[in-house]
Amino acid sequence: MANFTDKPGQDLQAQLGALYRNEAGRRVLATLIRLLGDFDRAEEALHDAFKAALEQWPKEGMPANPRAWLISAGRFKAIDKLRRDSRFDTLDEINETNEALITQFEDEGDEYFEDDRLRLIFTCCHPSLPPDAQIALTLREICGLTTEEIARAFLISPTSVAQRIVRAKAKIRAARIPYEVPEPQQLPERLDSVLKVVYLVFNEGYLATSGPELIRHDLSVEALRLGRLLLELLPGEPEIMGLLALMLLQDSRRDARISAHGDLILLEEQDRALWDKEKIGEGTKLVNAALTLPSVGVYTLQAVIAANHAMAASSEATDWLEIIRLYDLLLRIFPSPVIELNRAAAIAMRDGPQAGLELIDRLLGQGQLRDYHYLYAAKADFHRRLGETHEAIAAYRQAQRLVRQETERRFLERRLTELKK
Amino acid sequence: MKYICLICAEKVMEQMAKADADAHYEEYRKFTDDIRRSGHYVVCNRLLPAAEAITVRVRQGNIATTDGPFAETKEQFGGYYVIDVRDFNEAIQIAARIPGAAHGCVEVRPIAEDEQTLDVLGLR
Repeated sequence: MANFTDKPGQDLQAQLGALYRNEAGRRVLATLIRLLGDFDRAEEALHDAFKAALEQWPKEGMPANPRAWLISAGRFKAIDKLRRDSRFDTLDEINETNEALITQFEDEGDEYFEDDRLRLIFTCCHPSLPPDAQIALTLREICGLTTEEIARAFLISPTSVAQRIVRAKAKIRAARIPYEVPEPQQLPERLDSVLKVVYLVFNEGYLATSGPELIRHDLSVEALRLGRLLLELLPGEPEIMGLLALMLLQDSRRDARISAHGDLILLEEQDRALWDKEKIGEGTKLVNAALTLPSVGVYTLQAVIAANHAMAASSEATDWLEIIRLYDLLLRIFPSPVIELNRAAAIAMRDGPQAGLELIDRLLGQGQLRDYHYLYAAKADFHRRLGETHEAIAAYRQAQRLVRQETERRFLERRLTELKK
Repeated sequence: MKYICLICAEKVMEQMAKADADAHYEEYRKFTDDIRRSGHYVVCNRLLPAAEAITVRVRQGNIATTDGPFAETKEQFGGYYVIDVRDFNEAIQIAARIPGAAHGCVEVRPIAEDEQTLDVLGLR
């Protein structure tokens, strides 16, 4: 367990406390879930194992293999507890559980432990669970966030987070959702579901769909950590590389995206000197690696677009032709009105706002994105550039009615004030 | 563990062109043979169209009936399979092979196997 140091004594308590919730603790949890066949039982066992470590390690010293020690302690605590409770349960249930408990783990290799972390990820992101529950379960079980932390990040009550998690665990048990890594033929589809969760977590942190704060740092950090973990566990999966690259490249603009007064700054007006070169470097490297692989997916293509922006010295110097070509490609493999809207913005940069407006009107004509505030914000911007103040004001107002996020609402307000001058 | 796969589609056999229905029946013959051979099959049936249905409720001891199915949706139940499989993932994989999944959709639901249910239904 790499996260343990040999420092004995008073530090141990603090170290163990931190470990309980960080990666090392999550690794032990992932294995205990498999051995004990149940999330709640495993969490309890993890808790008991750490408690035992707090008592024994200061006296007896750190064991040679702390992870194996914790897993073994957790398993025995769970067996003890089952024995104590057994007179209340039916015999059948106990036998079934004991069978799972007898599973030997001592002679399993490291590879099997690593697979436990994948099993945990694929179970938390199982497509049969509602997206909200997938996100809550992932943050709780894999990232080790508390219910309160998740609630704060999503601006909902801890009770509703707890309910989502309880219901998800109940469904895993009742519908018998297995604790396993999908078969190779199922992997692309199942991985898609995992990547979606990671990207939703990232966007919730980066864009923050509602509430007072535009960037909620923690969730983007958690998403990047999840992306790195996935790539470590499934190296060479092109779409994991693509997603991690996309998140890094978007995150590189974090400091340039918000002014000192907390106001939103659009891409074209951002001070590019504030972009994080390290993240751009890492993101670009990943994109290039993903592009050498045979299949190019939606995250990779979006990352290539983000990399194009990242490498341009200014909005004017951006290779819009290339970006439009990439959007065309993206639309061919993944038709989506949101991508069409993004393409319209790129077209407007190349051919002028009138061309962008025509594409937006076509989208609206097809009944698409009528409740999407970004569409009206883009429409307003094109009218504004054309000097059509009246139409611009109407569209900004429409966007304002739909926007949920405070910083974006203020941005629209600012534009409206400027126009009314 | 047993799961029921409820097949829903906008069109049932009766509403398809004869040639299409015949081809669809053949797909079902092949699928049903397959899961019989693999040992996953428990039972299955095809339902007559929703137009032949009546919905029954008892309120204050009185029987109230309404014409048609209880849900006013475009898709209707056309049939079902009960399968016996290892877990949810295997159930999903088999449900995906049901010919109707390619036209409509298949709802996969675990069948209750708790003591009380088994006792009440005389299934033990």
